[in-house]
Amino acid sequence: MAAGVAAWLPFARAAAIGWMPVANLPMPVAPTNKNKRQDELIILNVSGRRFQTWRNTLDRYPDTLLGSSEKEFFFNEETREYFFDRDPDSFRSILNFYRTGKLHYPRYECISAYDEELAFFGIIPEIISDCCYEEYKDRKRENTERLMDDLEDNKDNKPPNMTCRETMWRAFENPHTSTMALVFYYVTGFFIAISVITNVVETVPCGSMPNQRDIPCGERYTEAFFCMDTACVMIFTVEYLMRLFAAPSRYRFMRSVMSIIDVVAILPYYIGLVMTNNEDVSGAFVTLRVFRVFRIFKFSRHSQGLRILGYTLKSCASELGFLLFSLTMAIIIFATVMFYAEKGSSSSKFTSIPASFWYTIVTMTTLGYGDMVPKTIAGKIFGSICSLSGVLVIALPVPVIVSNFSRIYHQNQRADKRRAQKVQKARLARMRISKAGSSTAFLHSKRNGLNQSLELTGSLEEDQQLKKTTSLLESQHHHLLHCLEKTTNHEFVDERLYEQGYLQTALQNFPSQSPSLSSEEGVTGTCCSRRTKKNIQALNATHTHSHTHNLQELSALHIHCGEQQPLNTSRSSLNLMSDESGSLNCKSSGLVTTAIISIPTPPSNNSRANPDAPPPPNPDAPPRPNTGSDVVKISAL
Amino acid sequence: MEEGEGEGLQTLAIVLLLCGALKLLHTLGLISTEDRVCDDLELSVVCHRPEALDLLEAQSNFNRKELQVLYRGFKNECPSGVVNEETFKQIYSQFFPHGDASTYAHYLFNAFDSSQSGSIKFEDFITALSILLRGTTTEKLQWTFNLYDINKDGYINKEEMTDIVKAIYDMMGRFTYPALKTDTTKQHVDAFFQKMDKNRDGVVTLDEFILSCQEDENIMRSLQLFENVI
Repeated sequence: MAAGVAAWLPFARAAAIGWMPVANLPMPVAPTNKNKRQDELIILNVSGRRFQTWRNTLDRYPDTLLGSSEKEFFFNEETREYFFDRDPDSFRSILNFYRTGKLHYPRYECISAYDEELAFFGIIPEIISDCCYEEYKDRKRENTERLMDDLEDNKDNKPPNMTCRETMWRAFENPHTSTMALVFYYVTGFFIAISVITNVVETVPCGSMPNQRDIPCGERYTEAFFCMDTACVMIFTVEYLMRLFAAPSRYRFMRSVMSIIDVVAILPYYIGLVMTNNEDVSGAFVTLRVFRVFRIFKFSRHSQGLRILGYTLKSCASELGFLLFSLTMAIIIFATVMFYAEKGSSSSKFTSIPASFWYTIVTMTTLGYGDMVPKTIAGKIFGSICSLSGVLVIALPVPVIVSNFSRIYHQNQRADKRRAQKVQKARLARMRISKAGSSTAFLHSKRNGLNQSLELTGSLEEDQQLKKTTSLLESQHHHLLHCLEKTTNHEFVDERLYEQGYLQTALQNFPSQSPSLSSEEGVTGTCCSRRTKKNIQALNATHTHSHTHNLQELSALHIHCGEQQPLNTSRSSLNLMSDESGSLNCKSSGLVTTAIISIPTPPSNNSRANPDAPPPPNPDAPPRPNTGSDVVKISAL
Repeated sequence: MEEGEGEGLQTLAIVLLLCGALKLLHTLGLISTEDRVCDDLELSVVCHRPEALDLLEAQSNFNRKELQVLYRGFKNECPSGVVNEETFKQIYSQFFPHGDASTYAHYLFNAFDSSQSGSIKFEDFITALSILLRGTTTEKLQWTFNLYDINKDGYINKEEMTDIVKAIYDMMGRFTYPALKTDTTKQHVDAFFQKMDKNRDGVVTLDEFILSCQEDENIMRSLQLFENVI
């Protein structure tokens, strides 16, 4: 719950009076503020600079140093103030966090000093508000890079006890670690170059037979080129297999871009070996040879600039998409116009609109081949408009892409970006957890049976115990949610339990065995009694199925031993014991308790007499131990 | 000039004519291309200062210190001094993260905003809180009746009650135990009318409401529940 909103909790609780006439059940007792004192100013002395704030302001975040009792360690008795020997400038933003609920990162602050202050005061950096978060993350990344670079310089001697596999992988990833790796690196680079040059030279016409036209070298020196190709592919295959062997996660390696390029580079050769010289497939075979040009992409392992270019194109996908889209729109418009403008003229090359596409593209990119030229006056006018607009449309997204490239190149992204993505996910996950914390906190405290202390008319120790675990604010908020539950006679559960409960009610189509039970219970009490019958009857049929269901299920046991309520919502979820569900377990003092039991409940716990059927052998769950207290045992999954 | 030339020139002429017409309409103001975002800025500048502390103290059942604490919280969340419905819904929804509290917050807003001005000032806030926390049971019941009576006609009929109960159930969210059925709301409303509607005429008047509530011990007790909230 946000800090500022805590001030509105009294209003929300007062507004709860609107539910009262609608509710059918009595409301739980409100938590009282035993040691209620007037809100007082406290003085925080940080290295001589005095800050003052209300005590309530600091209590908003009980899991930080200033909000918890940890600050008592810093209390100075003589001056009656809290003294912290820390940086007063950073403390300003920390105190503002308590006041406004937002944590800001000042730009002039050094990142590591700020981190230390946050760690001291128990504040996690993930809650820095969005306005300052980007800045914080960028500087943090720079800092870690700097630290890593320092580490790398000192990391000349390799750590001992690396297996052969790890050594190989390290050699592959970073060629500068050993001479062997460097040699390997240069050899593969050399062979990639050889392979590419071979592919190119293959098609050059070299020397003609006297009575024939020029034939390309590839057909003249077939064996030589074949040997060269084989050698290169051998080297590439060996390299690929070695990388595959050395990779720490083979599956991840096989999915990476570089390995796919490797595979695509050597595949045409093997396919060519396998295929025979069939006339039909030779066309496809020729197409495959085109893929050999992919070998040039293997250079990207050797050149960082190439990788960055590829990454830039990927990250500028939206700009490129926009460029493509706007170009397409303009092409279609202008092609249509040109077609209709040139329609009348004889011997016009603009035979159809798709034919005019070619003219439009050539004109808009200012190529102007001149193979298609408008002849009419209108055609010429539209043609000139087309070329002018082409310049504009293409010039617009290009600077964006260029600036992207330079930014990425300068920041040296590479794997750091991938790492940052993971941290971002972790941050979002943490924030989501803290936001969901308020909803799960209520369910959590219910499960821990803290509500039972609220319903008791106060014994002192339990009250203090309550204070230790939840703050007053939280207990008031939980009381509010509890009132809502009572008003609607339904309970909050989390998704998993809801699904199971839904499943169970959906399976119930059996007639009830003891109609008297269901008739005496109230509106919602029938659900549970039906479930017991379902257990009994489903015993034979779906033994293990319901077993696991019941094991995982939590249900609330409301035991009312009171005179007041005619509406007796005694719900008990049983294990496969086939006794009646309606027996009540009364506490001797006659107070209301809420407890949550999990199944199976060992028979010694409650006063239900169960002489006959012992619980069936239950391999899945060990029986829960009992403390033998009056309260029905609380156990949660 | 060939025939085609004529056609081409005709096309050109038509296009130029269209552009001219559009430009003319634009200058005449019949077509506008700018977005009207500037209007929204005016609302946020509205600021409101509450009455003097003494006056508020006389009007409500709070003492000075309580009013100070309340105002500090109010001002912290709404620096401009007024709460509009959106902010109100957001604030109220923070307390009920499981479900959707916006419908009920809407009804609450209408109940708080006694002057139906569309925004709650601090005085409205204090008036309502004064009744809810420090008022007599009759006043509290009157306020609650006012809350349920959505159209403020003096009667609560079944539709209004159904809306209110549905809004309350919406706050519970989807994941409840036992699961919500389609007629849960209807059953609840029927039970309510069973209790409240004495003369069985299908509507509940203020007197019936107060009378029925006073007969029910649970309700009387729970009205006293939030005495010590401040």
